[in-house]
Amino acid sequence: MSGFARLLRRDLSLLLGNGRGGPLLPMLFFVAVAVLFPFAVGPDAPLLARTGGGVLWIAALLASILPIDRLVTPDVKAGVFDQLALRGLSEELAMAARLLAHWLSFGPLLLLATLPAAALLGLDGRTLQTLLLGLLAGTPGLAAIGLVIAALTTALRSGAALGGLLLVPLGVPILIFGAGALARPDDTGIALCAAISLALCAVAPFAAGAAIRAGREG
Amino acid sequence: MQASLAATDIACRRGDRLLFRGLSFALGAGEAMQVLGANGTGKTSLLRILAGLLAPYAGSVSASGLPALLDGRLPLDEHLPLGEALAFWNRIDGGAISPEVLAMHGLDTLLDVPVRYLSTGQRKRAAIVQSNARQAAIWLLDEPLNGLDIHAGERLQSAVAHYCAQGGIAMIASHQPFAVPDLQTLDLAEFAV
Repeated sequence: MSGFARLLRRDLSLLLGNGRGGPLLPMLFFVAVAVLFPFAVGPDAPLLARTGGGVLWIAALLASILPIDRLVTPDVKAGVFDQLALRGLSEELAMAARLLAHWLSFGPLLLLATLPAAALLGLDGRTLQTLLLGLLAGTPGLAAIGLVIAALTTALRSGAALGGLLLVPLGVPILIFGAGALARPDDTGIALCAAISLALCAVAPFAAGAAIRAGREG
Repeated sequence: MQASLAATDIACRRGDRLLFRGLSFALGAGEAMQVLGANGTGKTSLLRILAGLLAPYAGSVSASGLPALLDGRLPLDEHLPLGEALAFWNRIDGGAISPEVLAMHGLDTLLDVPVRYLSTGQRKRAAIVQSNARQAAIWLLDEPLNGLDIHAGERLQSAVAHYCAQGGIAMIASHQPFAVPDLQTLDLAEFAV
């Protein structure tokens, strides 16, 4: 088993288990938005069906903020990345494993939760399909942004609150193309959303790794 | 591989303070050195520079292989039982954390206890095992006796002595006397700015 596989195994059991708050909270938050939205705008079925997809995109973006504060900070405080570096496992490798584990612990659950959420808002089949494809393309990008923010703000005392604020503007491109695909007849929006996600996932381990190394000098 | 650790004219800056400068030493296989100095003179920073985790402000460090570092922290998952938390590092270290090593440090009876329930001394013993069960060529120990009772302290000192007898290099930053044969000393006060 390679170093990456060992790291991924620990990260997955950490993020899926009860070690870091568990994976259910973002999913419940996401469904809660779908439950509350009809109460706020009233039982207007056409309006809900027209706006529901966009609301679920916003819910997904905000739900991806929830795990940020415990994604990296506890390990930095405990010196885990220092000890890995002393064993020749780079911060980049650790962050790549953490990125994959982070997405696996909230992406698939969010997609699953989209089904009841879409039913609550009365979305039709085509909208649901576009929404699911868009979230599949966009959530890895949101995970990558979350990881970089988590690594960058780990030395800050109010890092958790700041992290949430930072993710909102950085997530806008994913939101524009992902949610924008709902109003388009073709899939170009989803393709662009996936392209942004891919680029973010490629950069994130290096940016987050560099942030952890820079944090040692502080 | 022959173990070696050498520092050439290194200086350390934290924030806008220069902690020490012009520090040089060389250690060969089997040698041990104790770093002395008052609080805040840069003992921990020196060990982190030697570990390669901090860049020296000036000068250079040459070491054979990757060092092991025992600092004040315990890199184990707090919610897991000690055995499972150590199992991750055991997999990383290729099975070095053997039952014999655990028994030597009195951890074999604590494997079912969640890490967050361990006492200060028990946490220190777990950190000792985690830091260098793999027997790296260089062992850097930062205040290793903190929190240990007399017996555990003696066990650690004999473990370090045994490690040096096997050809390892030990560097100990501690205020307390540390009994290892032929221990050299390095007083950071001599290099303070």
